[in-house]
Formats: sequence, C-alpha cells, structure tokens
Amino acid sequence: MSMDGRKHTLLLGALMAPAAAFFLAFWLLPMARLVGVGASGPQGMGAYWSVLTNQNYLTSLIYTFVLSALVTLATLVISCIAGLFLERNRFPGRSLLLAVLTFPLAFPGVVVGFLIILLCGRQGLIGDLTKWLTGEKLVLAYSLSGLFLGYLYFSIPRVILTVMAAAEKLDYALVEAARTLGASPLQIVRDVTLPALGPALVSSGAICFATSVGAFGTAFTLATNITVLPMLIYNEFTNYANIPVAAALSVVLGVVTWAVLALARSVAGNTVTVAA
Amino acid sequence: MKRSPLFYAQLGFTLLVCAFMVVPMVLSVMAGVTTNYFVGIKSGLTLKWIVQVWDLYEKTIYLSVGIALACVAITALIGVPAAYVLAQRQGRIARLIEELIVLPVAVPGLATALALIQFWGPYPEFRTSWVFILVGHVIFTLPFMVRPVLAVMLTGNLRSLEEAAATLGAGFAQRFFSVVLPNVRGGVLAGALMVLTLSVGEFNITWMLHTPLTMTVPVGLADSYASMRLETGSAYTIIFFLIIIPLLLALQYWNNLLRRNDQA
Repeated sequence: MSMDGRKHTLLLGALMAPAAAFFLAFWLLPMARLVGVGASGPQGMGAYWSVLTNQNYLTSLIYTFVLSALVTLATLVISCIAGLFLERNRFPGRSLLLAVLTFPLAFPGVVVGFLIILLCGRQGLIGDLTKWLTGEKLVLAYSLSGLFLGYLYFSIPRVILTVMAAAEKLDYALVEAARTLGASPLQIVRDVTLPALGPALVSSGAICFATSVGAFGTAFTLATNITVLPMLIYNEFTNYANIPVAAALSVVLGVVTWAVLALARSVAGNTVTVAA
Repeated sequence: MKRSPLFYAQLGFTLLVCAFMVVPMVLSVMAGVTTNYFVGIKSGLTLKWIVQVWDLYEKTIYLSVGIALACVAITALIGVPAAYVLAQRQGRIARLIEELIVLPVAVPGLATALALIQFWGPYPEFRTSWVFILVGHVIFTLPFMVRPVLAVMLTGNLRSLEEAAATLGAGFAQRFFSVVLPNVRGGVLAGALMVLTLSVGEFNITWMLHTPLTMTVPVGLADSYASMRLETGSAYTIIFFLIIIPLLLALQYWNNLLRRNDQA
C-alpha cells in the first residue's frame, strides 16, 4: 500500500510539474530578480526608501491611493443600490440592463480611457451638452475627475456582480421578520441587508481598490496632468531608463495590492476571488 | 402589480448607471461611422474609417486571435493536470500552490511585465517574438483555467467514479482520459472562454512586452488613440467590440448553464 501511495505521489508530482516549471521560469524567478534590481541602483536599498522620501514619488503615491479609495467607496454605494434592485425585482428588460452593466468587464483600460474621452473630452457629449445649456464647455476627461470616471467605469461591473451573487444568498426570512417587527426600509438595509452583504462588500471593495491602484491603460489613454503610480513607473522605465527606481516602485505597488487582497481575505473569509 | 415610489427611484438610478455604461459605447460606434465627428452626424455616414483600420491594423487582429487560442491550449494543457493534483491533495503545499498561481493576477500587470523584461531581456530572439507576449498572457490567465476546473472536480462525484474505474482495473491514464476529462468538460469550457476573453483584452502586460512587429488589438487601439483621428480610433473600437462582445455573451450563457445544472 505504501509503495502504491509513493507511486501516486510521484504521479501527482509529474502532473504538477509543467505548470510549476512554467510558473517558476516566467514569474517567480523574474519577480525575485525584479526585487533585486530594485536594490541595485546607485542608491542601493535607498531606491525602495525613495518611494517615501522623494517628493514626486510620494505625491504620486498619495494621489493614487486617495483616488482609488474614493473610486472604491463610490463603486460600492452605486453597485449596492443598482445590484440589490436588480436582484430583488423582475421586470421586462432586466436581463438587458444586466448585460449592459457587465459588458465593460472585459474592456481593456485603454478602451475605457477612450470612452471617457468620447463622453467628456474636448469633443465629448458632456462638453456639447454643457455648452448648449450654459454656454461654457465642461471638459473633465484629462483631469482627476476624468480618471475618477474611468476607474468607476471599469469598477462597477466587477462589484455589481459580486453584490448580486451575495444578495442571491440573502435569507429573506430575516428581511420579512424585520418588516413584521415594524422596521422601516432604511432600518432593514442598515441592520439586516448591509451586515449580511458585509463579506462580499469587503472582498469586492478590496479587489476594486487593488485594480484601481494598478490600473495603467486608462491613465495612459487619458494622459492626465496627474501622474498615478503605474504611469510614474512607466515613465521612469521608458523615458528615463531609471530601471532600479521603476523596479522598486513596481515591487512596492505589487506588495500593496497583494496585502490589500490578503487583508480583505482574512477579514471576509475565503471569498476574495480576484477578477481581472 | 402596483410598484412603490421606492421601486421607481431605484429603477431611475439603475437606468442612470446603465446610461453611464452604454452611452460612451454608443458614442464610439457613432463616431466610427461618421464622416466628420466634429461636424456631427449630418456630415454623413461612412465605412471608410473601418476600411482604413482594416488596412492599418488587420495584422493585430490575427495576432490577438492566434495568441488567445495558443493561450487557451497552453493553460488547458498545464492547468487541467495541475487542477487535478490540487483536487486530490488538500494539504498545506497544495494551498500554497493555489495561492502562488493567483499572484500574477493580484500584482499589477506592469510589475509582471517589468520582471519578465528584466529576466528574459538578454535573450533578444525570445524577447522580440510574439511568444514573449504569449508567455505573459499564460501567466496572467492560468488561474482562470485552474479555478473553474478545480471547482467542478471538487463538487462532482468524480472521486467515487474514479475509484469505481480503478477497482474495475482501469490504469491512471485510462481513468484520466475516459473518466476525469469527460466529467470536467464544463469547467474546461468555462475556463477556456474566460481565458480567451482576458487574452484578447489584455493591455497592461502586453504594452510593455510588444514590439512594433508584435502588436495585439489592445496595443493597436492605444496606438490609434494616440496617433489617429478620433473617427479611426472609434472605428477600431467597433471592431474590438465585435470580437469581445460575442465572447462575453458566450461566457455569460455558459456560466448560467453550469450554475443551473449545479442547482438541479
């Protein structure tokens, strides 16, 4: 029997080997090297430290985190309202609305950036509307609000699906019980619905934050005057060939997104599934 | 049935959110077939922008489709056996491996791309070929193949089926190909559709790994947004929608079907 068990273990090892080798060669070892490159510049480990001491890097870091936090908050509120509504009600056209809300899930960041330019860029719809209404053209696309709208655009589909999946499992007997006990709709949302959705909100919020912090394509297309962290890394790498700093910054960025997801998972249980 | 005012308030809000999602898409479709977007639709409708995009970027479409299909093949070849091992073993090492393969999704694509360039840059033939992009896509999409397959393996009665086959004298290879694989088809297809969709739309890694000769569709899109007329960028976006939306619909349809079978 033990002979058989060892043979089985060997067999499982052989089945895992191709994936393990691929992962080792094309992610784990390159990542380990990147961590080393971050410490290889003239400043040595100082490259990591400069993320916090260099005024430019620090500003970019703060902008990125504040923007991502605001986007996460807004996305959670919007997705809760629309997601709970779509989950609870059945009406003609519902599945169409649902499809529309989930399409952008697969749009690359560059496309989202372009769509924001069409919506509120120099020739955008909002600009035309505001010019017609007030005589003044409102152009949001290339500023912080443009980035905010773009991040919102790719965040809502991810979060709304998680909210709906969690709401599906909600125990409606609890809602009914609260109602018969005389709770107002607002009280029900506050004391029954939101606590029940808690883990889903924490996990999808974490994914939303991590995705926003690492988002590159949208900022790339909008070419805003605000340099978010991924754009900073890209500029250091391509325009200034400042490889150690680019490496250090991307390692920091990677550690932050990983830590946010890991933290959320320890709070919300094993429901934090990463969506691309 | 009479609806409450609250219902209409929520419906209104949801419609507003849908409008935010769909209006920009409609704008880009309109811009892509308008002779001069600055003048507006009264300048006339045309297909010349679509033709122009086709002339300039036809190759990016073939490359994207080719990479996506190769990506599905590789993730299935290495991911399905890996999922089988993870389903058999629930120990600490198995959990660690599960954690590890998700890391490239948790960490921003830019970091993965820089790591690949730093490590494999000294091999220019590999660095400049389309296979370099494929490698990045496989690393990024692998968990999306492993997860649904693993889920199917854990929920079904695969274990007892396999044991039954073993007592009847079936060797491992026979069990794997005639019992395991047919039973996890649904998971493999769900994974394959997800991998296709993600690979076709991948930008963050690809932008760093591409060369002027290895442009995928999202890279071409970025290129056209930066250097072409608004109309051309829009026409290219229409073509992208035509590729990605059928994939998304198929994915939704198949996942619904899987879920319904699960509940039945």
